[in-house]
Amino acid sequence: MKLAYYPGCSGHGTSKEYESSTRAVCRALGLEFAEIEDWSCCGSTPAHAMDTVLSGALAARNFKQIALTGAEGVVTPCPSCLANLKLARHRMQDAAFKARVDALLDSPTVENAEALPETYSVLQIILEQIGPEAIRARVTRPLEGVKIATYYGCLMSRPADVMQFDDPENPTAMDKIMEALGAEVVDFPLKTECCGAAMGVARQDVTGSLSGRILATARSFGADAVVTACPLCHMNLDLRQGQAERQMRLKFRLPVFYYTQLMGLAFGLPDETLKLDKLAVDPAPFLQLVARRRKARIDAAAEAARAAMEKAESEEGAAS
Amino acid sequence: MASIRLDQVRDAGFLHEVEEESGQNISTCYQCGNCTAGCPGAGFYDRQVSQIMRAVQLGLKDEALRNRSLWLCLSCSTCTARCPNNIDVARVMETLRHMARREGLVQDRPIESFWKSFLDTVKLTGRSFEIGVMADYMMRTGRGWGNMDMAPAALLKGKLPFLPSCIRGRDEVARIFKRYAETKKEGQQ
Repeated sequence: MKLAYYPGCSGHGTSKEYESSTRAVCRALGLEFAEIEDWSCCGSTPAHAMDTVLSGALAARNFKQIALTGAEGVVTPCPSCLANLKLARHRMQDAAFKARVDALLDSPTVENAEALPETYSVLQIILEQIGPEAIRARVTRPLEGVKIATYYGCLMSRPADVMQFDDPENPTAMDKIMEALGAEVVDFPLKTECCGAAMGVARQDVTGSLSGRILATARSFGADAVVTACPLCHMNLDLRQGQAERQMRLKFRLPVFYYTQLMGLAFGLPDETLKLDKLAVDPAPFLQLVARRRKARIDAAAEAARAAMEKAESEEGAAS
Repeated sequence: MASIRLDQVRDAGFLHEVEEESGQNISTCYQCGNCTAGCPGAGFYDRQVSQIMRAVQLGLKDEALRNRSLWLCLSCSTCTARCPNNIDVARVMETLRHMARREGLVQDRPIESFWKSFLDTVKLTGRSFEIGVMADYMMRTGRGWGNMDMAPAALLKGKLPFLPSCIRGRDEVARIFKRYAETKKEGQQ
């Protein structure tokens, strides 16, 4: 099936590193998508908070742009775009709803609602079309000896009947990928607890306390880093981590990566595609930890090899 | 909590209206409280989700519509995922918010303003644009200074472009908003 690519607005601003690392990882895995010409905003939370028909129409303009690429489906890295596009298609199966959406557009969408494009997350495509074994085979620099808390947020698999991917309460897609990269995944209980979403602008106390709880719990489970697949979750956990620290009166200093950045790191992809320098919380201590663990393993292996050689030599000497 | 005279304040048609607009069978709610137990916004709400569900069942329209919780709902759908009767509770909350807005009962101006600022930016450029949304929000509300502590880091990291990426089809997007505003006006007449 030919798939189009919908980057989402935040890829041009606050989640540049997600956009860049997603493209790099997909390229490395041989996944090719045609970018949609002149795509527009899906409306995100504010549109459906206002009106579901308006939200549907903002999504549906993109359905028409997708059709221009000749693709049957579309992939997006952003869970909010994913949810809006999926929900719009789902609701437009109802003829009355579709008619109200079509009335807001310059020209109506395709007559047969079933022919509207299906939307998938990049995460789903990586997991289902590539899979953990092929990812493991691609790893050149395993994330050895580090513990990762996988944080999925609300939208990736909810509501379950529409999203049709992973478990709505205990998703494991990123767990499988992180394990394939060589990391240890902690048994994180707040995988799908809300980070405060788009409430940060109007109510920092809400995002501060909800994100703070996620970060504090990740720390208490011994995580060295958190990974996420969502630009908004990432902003709340990384860029707003200082606000969460002040709200909770705790220090976290917990690096928060996009899962694609860690994939790229383990694949040995160039720094300029991973853009780790865009992260607000300094990832250097984490990267040094991985390097120390790797060096310790290599040193131990070299030591074992030397000991084995010496043993063999001394046995040879004794025999002759 | 104040006592309520059901014979005086009940709106007999309200339950049906909400069921119709949300597409949910709210009558099956038996008040297990799972929605409230899992709600991340519960600590900030003035009415809990399960209380709002009960108010809808009883036809207590004002009770169901006049509360800040409808604006504080994070749309995370945890309630929906955990409802034993498969009610899309988040959809009900969203429907009530739409109804409350139509009745002129917006209970949280800053949150409503953020949504409007976001959509105004989309209307203008075809895409959302962080600095544009923040500027619009601060002009609307005079608030938002608390977010400024993130700005230096975000600017330094090149995460906040100063110019929007205006798309060629922005007029087409603006026309969606224009037609939407017209349908709303028609609905009011």
